[in-house]
Amino acid sequence: MAEVMLRKVVKRYDEVEAVRGIDLDIADHEFVVLVGPSGCGKSTTLRMIAGLEDITDGDIMIGGDVVNDVPPKDRDIAMVFQNYALYPHMTVAENMSFGLRLKHYPKAEIKSRVTEAARMLDITDLIDRKPKQLSGGQRQRVAMGRAIVRNPKVFLFDEPLSNLDAKLRVQMRIEIKKVHQKVRTTTVYVTHDQVEAMTLADRVVVMNKGGIEQIGTPNDLYHNPATRFVAGFIGSPAMNFLPCRLEDVGGKLNIRLTDRIAFPLPGARAARYQSVSRTDKLLLGIRPEHLAEASAHPESGVEAFDAMLDVTEPMGMETLVYFTMDGTQVCGRVNPNAGARDGAPLRLAVDLNNMHLLNEVTGVVI
Amino acid sequence: MSTLAIDKGAPRRKVKYGSMSRDRAWALRWSYFFLALFAIFSLVPPIYMLITSLKSSAEISAATNPWWVFHPTLSNYIELLTSNQFLTFFRNSAFVSIFVVTITMLISVPAAFALARMRFWGSATLATGVFLTYLIPDSLLFIPLFKMFAVIGDWTGIQLINRWYVLLFIYPTLTVPFCTWIMIGYFASIPKELDEAAIIDGASWFQTLTRIFIPVALPGLIAATIFAFTVSWAQFLYPLVFTTSTDQLVLPVGIITTLIKGDVFNWGQIMTGALLGAAPPLIIYAFLMDYYIAGLTAGATKG
Repeated sequence: MAEVMLRKVVKRYDEVEAVRGIDLDIADHEFVVLVGPSGCGKSTTLRMIAGLEDITDGDIMIGGDVVNDVPPKDRDIAMVFQNYALYPHMTVAENMSFGLRLKHYPKAEIKSRVTEAARMLDITDLIDRKPKQLSGGQRQRVAMGRAIVRNPKVFLFDEPLSNLDAKLRVQMRIEIKKVHQKVRTTTVYVTHDQVEAMTLADRVVVMNKGGIEQIGTPNDLYHNPATRFVAGFIGSPAMNFLPCRLEDVGGKLNIRLTDRIAFPLPGARAARYQSVSRTDKLLLGIRPEHLAEASAHPESGVEAFDAMLDVTEPMGMETLVYFTMDGTQVCGRVNPNAGARDGAPLRLAVDLNNMHLLNEVTGVVI
Repeated sequence: MSTLAIDKGAPRRKVKYGSMSRDRAWALRWSYFFLALFAIFSLVPPIYMLITSLKSSAEISAATNPWWVFHPTLSNYIELLTSNQFLTFFRNSAFVSIFVVTITMLISVPAAFALARMRFWGSATLATGVFLTYLIPDSLLFIPLFKMFAVIGDWTGIQLINRWYVLLFIYPTLTVPFCTWIMIGYFASIPKELDEAAIIDGASWFQTLTRIFIPVALPGLIAATIFAFTVSWAQFLYPLVFTTSTDQLVLPVGIITTLIKGDVFNWGQIMTGALLGAAPPLIIYAFLMDYYIAGLTAGATKG
């Protein structure tokens, strides 16, 4: 059990800077997910914590000790790989006990730990099989079992669910969460899937282009994204971004989207954006669920407008509607009974109480 | 599977054109034809050897039908297997081959592991270099090698020429590069995560090699072993050059030098000796054939 700290960690491959000086504190028992598009440096960061990659600059601390030059085997970590990396010539039990056998643990101790982990992961029946006799999900359980029996300070997961099919992924996600609730080991988990990040993490670290965009709890990131990247990356379907500007009309602050469409801002929002320059190029960030069908008795701050739908996607519990506003495609989520049809008009309402205002040039949420 | 069952029940329609299976059937016929041709081509010499080995010298020189034995006899076999000379050749060959295989594996497996996995400066160039040394023919190497051992003999007084064990220094120049090359290819096909997992589990490089890589790459290892054995068993030029006393000769050279006396060819015994000499590799191939094929084709497809 230990906390992990990264201080100005840099990774440079010849000319390319894969990780550009990141700072990250991971508390004891915490489950932290590094998420971002491919090539953002998340896997490199994880491999540096594991010791599989040298760090070019900065410090990595595990349990308070600087481990920059400590070899992986002495860092007391366990790692689960995307392709499982099970030893093909060993049985499940041998795979799980390999690390303990190398460290010359007593036989009884090894046996009890393997049995315990197998029971926790529900693979007791498979203990004498070889990896090639197992399904993908079972292999991933064994890989986790191999990590658990070591009882390490830190678990490292490198996209462990990417090779599984969608249904199994959901199942294993819950499994991983259960395991973490039981063993409470500090965990760093890398994924490119924002749903996985949101569902598993105590805190999510969103990475982009070798740097950290934002760190926060899943809800925090969802409701209060700091940058356009985070706002667009977290949430599915993604947040809509509409070019807009602010204007004063009769002492009130309006947000103008197109020549024809402008809405008055609700009081709280108006006060918050009062100081923004009226000439700045801005973006209105609005999540699809805050673009719904107009109701007869709208709340304050919910403004209605007419839209000509291009495409509708019935999802069952809701219908996704797509329309174009000044050349930008916009997605909304309406009630399946709202009467949305392809190519038909629909009166929609935007909930400005949940809007985000971004500077188009800097991409920062105001 | 279920759709297949339904199709079978449906009324049959005669396929007249563009059938994949018909094309395949023809391809199969042609391959059988050429395989048969090739089998005859390669099996005729050993059969001829077998027939001749069962004849007495008198019958061979009588020049009767060469494809038929009129008076079969085992005298050639009995004579060879009871002759101390032949058994000495056999023993020398066995010693040389077993030692060479051992030496080769002890060098080439760790070398291949280092070249395939430990990324050090110049490792890629070195790997290519290892293979290039294999391309130098032995007919080009034997004179400098002979000179080298002669000089060593002059300087140190250690006489290596005309000792069967000199071959233990020479054969690895042929076997080590090739076996290293095979093993590099095999080790390279093992996913990188496997050694990373082993390293995190606390294995040293040596433990990763012995406990993960060697067991996983066993088919490749067996292929390399068979190759090394075959090369050292069948090598002719080097033992011909480096050994001369009859008690130091290995089988291929021994048969030629002792069974050809001047211009008298003892054909019956030559054929018998060659057949007996071909037996050990044949037996090893038969047992390890499946591994050998798996080893040669490994890495061709991922999975």
